[in-house]
Amino acid sequence: MSYLLRRLEFFAITLWAALTVNFLLPRLMPGSPAEAMLVRFHGRVSPQTVKAMEIALGVHSDQNIVQQYLEYLGNTFTGNLGVSLTFFPTSVAKVVMLALPWSLGLVGTATVIAFILGTLVGMLAAWRRGGIFDAILPPVLIIISAFPYFWIALFCLLLFSLTLNWFPLGFAYDLTSSINLSWDFIGQVVSHAFLPALTIVITSIGGWILTMRNTMITTLAEDYVKMARAKGLSPFRIMLQYAGRNAILPNLTGFAMSLGFVISGAILVEIVFNYPGLGFMLLQAVNGEDFALMQALFLLITVAVLVAVLIADVLTAWLDPRTRQA
Amino acid sequence: MAVPAIASQEIAEPVEPRAGVLRNVFSSLISNRKALAGLAVLLLFTLVSAFAPVLAPYDPHSLQFDALLQPSLQHLLGTAANGQDIFSQLVWSTRESLLLAVVAGVFATAVSVVIGVTAAYLGGAWDHVLNLFTDVFLVIPTLPLMIVIAAYAESHGVWVLITVITVTGWSYGARQLRSQALSLRNREFLDAARVRGERSLYIIFFEVLPNMTSLIVAIFLGAALYAVLAAAGLQFIGLGDTNDLSWGTMLYWAQHNGALLAGQPLWVIAPGLCIAALGGAFALVNYAFDEISNPALRPVKKRKR
Repeated sequence: MSYLLRRLEFFAITLWAALTVNFLLPRLMPGSPAEAMLVRFHGRVSPQTVKAMEIALGVHSDQNIVQQYLEYLGNTFTGNLGVSLTFFPTSVAKVVMLALPWSLGLVGTATVIAFILGTLVGMLAAWRRGGIFDAILPPVLIIISAFPYFWIALFCLLLFSLTLNWFPLGFAYDLTSSINLSWDFIGQVVSHAFLPALTIVITSIGGWILTMRNTMITTLAEDYVKMARAKGLSPFRIMLQYAGRNAILPNLTGFAMSLGFVISGAILVEIVFNYPGLGFMLLQAVNGEDFALMQALFLLITVAVLVAVLIADVLTAWLDPRTRQA
Repeated sequence: MAVPAIASQEIAEPVEPRAGVLRNVFSSLISNRKALAGLAVLLLFTLVSAFAPVLAPYDPHSLQFDALLQPSLQHLLGTAANGQDIFSQLVWSTRESLLLAVVAGVFATAVSVVIGVTAAYLGGAWDHVLNLFTDVFLVIPTLPLMIVIAAYAESHGVWVLITVITVTGWSYGARQLRSQALSLRNREFLDAARVRGERSLYIIFFEVLPNMTSLIVAIFLGAALYAVLAAAGLQFIGLGDTNDLSWGTMLYWAQHNGALLAGQPLWVIAPGLCIAALGGAFALVNYAFDEISNPALRPVKKRKR
């Protein structure tokens, strides 16, 4: 189990690094735009809240930096992140928690679909080496990978919403209705999430396909695959359980590494579709100079990515017996 | 190219002819169709940015025309919300977009080289720490980090973008370079250099790096693609200098003025296609590089079973 322990250690270190970056950034930048923001809060929220935000944003404090750092860590872990300026007087923690489910649902689902679909297609492309599929896919995917996510989003919006009128223009559900659990509302959520999800799948699937195809090509040349063929196993079984299972490991590692990029793209997609997730809210926070909210969002997005990476690590450990030894 | 030449003269023992590496790479690039297409597009954009004043029919900032004109022979792509000619803007924007891609790509690659090669060469605790540092940067999602840095920055000029892209874009390359440098570390010609008593810096720059030229070029291409997309994304959400002319900024104004709803889809489509063409060119050359260095990936004729 030392593999998982090492990954847990990495998780903890990265989390600490993100927390520290978050703490240091406002202190490293010349001038303090946050100071002007904080002035607006005086007298409107409790002194403890103002103090928590002063510490988080590095605005004049009588404590030394170590004390500030410790207090910042304490405040962060207890969810004491101050008050949002954009959504005054709601607390940052509350605002962030309102956005989280939308992002998790949209980006999570789309990423999992893209990963599974991409891995399968990549596996098939390598299996039928030299087929039409295999010849056309790589160049097409490379070109698609060069399109900016947000531009694909704009294009989908133009084609499917404005021209064909198949899908709504933005947001997560019809603005006239309130959140409830009726079938009608669920239908709205699905139709509003469809285009953003499609965009994320289109733009991120290429990476998974190419990595999987390229590793699968190497794996198919291995002796154990030849052996399996010689034994007369069914091609399907060889593809999935012999070559595929081994080839998927680098793809899972790749998943962990490129998730940060996928999330970055997803943020822009949310912005284009006005989808009320973390990314859209991040832009609102930046535009409204709502620094407390902005930093909380940065932290939360990073933590979400870290958790996903940890899940990928657990899957790797489950699929690859070698990680469980040594 | 001078550097490898010097290195091969000074080394007593015969190593692979390094002066030829770049030439070999170049000739295989020319014979690869994907690479050729990519190089052609890069050349085209370079020419467009060099001759922008000649190619653009109007001053890109000029407000002399009517707003939101439909495409016509006078205005190939129509006009923007304040009457600027969209085609002229597109041509002039090539400069900043290309500059950002190349400069940020070079900077990010340089950081990758320094961190990746140092980690591999020094080994031990240094390697452990630098490798961890690289992995942490690899996992932290870049766009939120870029947004936060850009939001705190006082100005939003080109250099802020370049810095932000460099800070967030080096980690992937550093990781690849480290593994290649690790595989070089125990080669005999490096032992020979150490026995000769060369300093570490000399060995890294004149013995290790020339052997990694092709990987470094590949990493530059990847970093340039990243820079194209990252710059476009940041400018699109208004974190670049919105007075500058670049494709990302054009998209920002198009979105800001509701170009799609106002019936000017070309205002959105044209800059996006340019971004994709530039990024795609880097990506194609990069993929061709992969095919050249890994023969197993080369396209195959349909084989008999």
